Amino acid sequence: MPSLSKLFAHYDPNGYYCELLGSPNAQKSHLPGRGPRTDEIARRLDKMNLKTLRRRALSAEKELFNLGITFTVYSENQSVDRILPFDVLPRILTPQDWSVIERGVRQRLRVLNMFLHDIYHDQRIIKDKIIPAELVLANANFRPEMVGVDVACDTYVHICGIDIVRDAAGRFKVLEDNTRVPSGVSYVIENRHLMLRAFPDLFEGVGVRPVSDYGLRLHRALSEAAPARHGGGEVSIVLMSPGIYNSAYFEHVFLAREMGVPLVEGRDLVVDDDTVFMKTANGLERVDVIYRRIGDDFIDPEVFNPASMLGVPGLMRAYRAGRVTLANAVGTGVADDKAVYAYMPRMIRYYLDEDPILDNVHTHICREAEGLAYTLDHIDELVVKPVGEAGGYGVLIGPNASKAEIAQRRAELKADPANYIAQPVIDLSVCPTLCDGGIEPRHVDLRPFAVTGKDTWVLPGGLTRVALTKGSLIVNSSQGGGSKDTWVLEQ
Amino acid sequence: MSNNLLARFAESIFWLARYMERIENLARVLDVTETHARTHLGNQDWATILEINSDHERFSASNTRISGAAVIYFYLLERDNPTSIASGMALARESARTLRHLISTEMWFQINMLNGRVQALRKRDVTPAKLSGVCAMIKEGCQAHAGITEGTLYRDAVWCFYQLGKAIERCDQTSRLVDIGYRRAMISLREEDARIVDSQLNTMLRSAAGYQAFRRRHTVRLHTDEVVDFLLFDSDFPRAMMTALNDAHAILLRLEGRHHITTSADALKILSDLRLDVLKITAKDVLDSGLHGFIDGVQQRLIACTDALGSGCFGHSSDHGDETPETAPLPS
Repeated sequence: MPSLSKLFAHYDPNGYYCELLGSPNAQKSHLPGRGPRTDEIARRLDKMNLKTLRRRALSAEKELFNLGITFTVYSENQSVDRILPFDVLPRILTPQDWSVIERGVRQRLRVLNMFLHDIYHDQRIIKDKIIPAELVLANANFRPEMVGVDVACDTYVHICGIDIVRDAAGRFKVLEDNTRVPSGVSYVIENRHLMLRAFPDLFEGVGVRPVSDYGLRLHRALSEAAPARHGGGEVSIVLMSPGIYNSAYFEHVFLAREMGVPLVEGRDLVVDDDTVFMKTANGLERVDVIYRRIGDDFIDPEVFNPASMLGVPGLMRAYRAGRVTLANAVGTGVADDKAVYAYMPRMIRYYLDEDPILDNVHTHICREAEGLAYTLDHIDELVVKPVGEAGGYGVLIGPNASKAEIAQRRAELKADPANYIAQPVIDLSVCPTLCDGGIEPRHVDLRPFAVTGKDTWVLPGGLTRVALTKGSLIVNSSQGGGSKDTWVLEQ
Repeated sequence: MSNNLLARFAESIFWLARYMERIENLARVLDVTETHARTHLGNQDWATILEINSDHERFSASNTRISGAAVIYFYLLERDNPTSIASGMALARESARTLRHLISTEMWFQINMLNGRVQALRKRDVTPAKLSGVCAMIKEGCQAHAGITEGTLYRDAVWCFYQLGKAIERCDQTSRLVDIGYRRAMISLREEDARIVDSQLNTMLRSAAGYQAFRRRHTVRLHTDEVVDFLLFDSDFPRAMMTALNDAHAILLRLEGRHHITTSADALKILSDLRLDVLKITAKDVLDSGLHGFIDGVQQRLIACTDALGSGCFGHSSDHGDETPETAPLPS
């Protein structure tokens, strides 16, 4: 096997699983065989000069900024547009990797939809004591308004992003299911376009699966999920955004454009006679499907938060009457609760009588006496997360935490154990990443996106987030993470 | 095809066109004033710009006297002045951001870049000595925008509302320019200072980017009535009031005929009547009966037309008619 001696001359994955070079046990500087095509990509990258790479990276970031592919950060009443820092070294998924992820995600989606249908109808899973009733019924994201409501195709989660990590042994594990309004798919597609422009030489003859038909697939899935009584004709789909001040506004624009549908805000919609209409330049037009990028709490001030200016009064009436489809459905948040997540492997066995294709990260549920006791005993080895927080906030990483931080978390655990879960620290896999000091390993995760209408399609690849700070395990954009293009190689 | 254009977006694209047109115009007027509009002592006549934009009061609130530097700052960078180029550019960019899925990628890219350049300007970049270069950059940016829009914007109802905004803004801008320019020329004429009159007519033509075009029709020295006739009634000059009225009228017909938008009927009626009235009149009639009164009438009817678009196409409730914004109907 040829050794890597130029760009990668000093690259050392430090014992972690490397998404380019593979298992940590393989000899340094030698290709251990993540497949011949991955090896070829590594060889091509190795020949690149650091200076050229930096130049291409700089111009790519500049392009992102000028194209306005940004998210918005607010501080001191000022809004600042930032790009998600972009690393030019791609993350490679082999056809074998992808097969596991794709099958695993589809399996999970089936179960998530079955679970949601069940808890809003017969609640068999509770009666059969697979999951504690209070975890579902007392969950803040459980919506009693949805009990008994039938949704088209029995699909609740039309758009899903599942966060997956790879451990030191190279196994994929699910970290989180995002079943409400997962963001990031626009970066997957824009990152690819950027890479195709900046590194045409790298793609040559490699066989990377395309990602640009996401909009078409999404449109198709949403059309399939139109209200059952929709009698022929083109389904009228809209994308509903909280507006230009939302941090993910770029993505809303992107998706509306890719699907060719109007990008509406609450004030553009009205409900009349339990039917939803949008205000067009030519008067009112009927709406069948709303891909809403706005939380349950805000969609209808008549039912949920009465102070919401973002929603549409009467929307829930139209929804419950089956005259409009909301994607995702109302009340899906109960399925992405971090405590409910812990039961997913059992739910997969319960609903499908199958073993999970993708395992969870082992999770201790602190609301259970056993889980709490274990967590308190091993807190310095565990990652302790509040169940209700998103974006990496409030996470304690035991091995890196100070004594004071640990003492404080112990107190919090004792005061409100139900608010926490604990997981072992996963030695997240790394990717070679362009850093100030050259090519260095940085930890990554992966968020594949799945779209469900009558059945589920998974976008080949997903958002690879990379922790740009040396040694950091936190990849969230709000915590200084960046992203990479994710290549799924053809069979 | 165009039936699902949201009322809010129809309004945003209409105003995007107006902002860009206004910015280009303002950059040209600033540039021309610096270069051509001199009094007999060789000082530039900065007060005219304030008059064209009816900004005396707002300007005096933060400035004690009218100097070149103060007026330039007020119109280029002053963010508290909603009519400044920096404010207009930020509003245009905000509109474009709202409309990103409807406009071409190229349009968004260029507006985003131009806004970046304008917002990066500091006081030291806009001294009178550097003004011409800055104005050239802005004009070129606006013209690139116009060209990109012409070449890339899909010609559905979105395009129509864009063209409509542009035409109405042009009509508004040129008529204001003629109103003030003529009044000042008359004052100078009474003071029998022919040099100043010439300079003012020259400025008026250049402010409308019409100097070269005018010269192709009239080769000898400038006559006030000919300049007024050219800027108001020449239907071949792109920025003449008549051309803008013809354009707006054609677009309103297209909205109805081709895109089946019927909510613009009231605006079409107002504009058709205005156009017919203007077609019947000559520069001589206007100058004999009082130019200011005539232009005031045109402006009132343009406002009525914009109001009618607001209640018809943009989804304003009709009891808000008198609020129809002269400046910025941006989402709050």
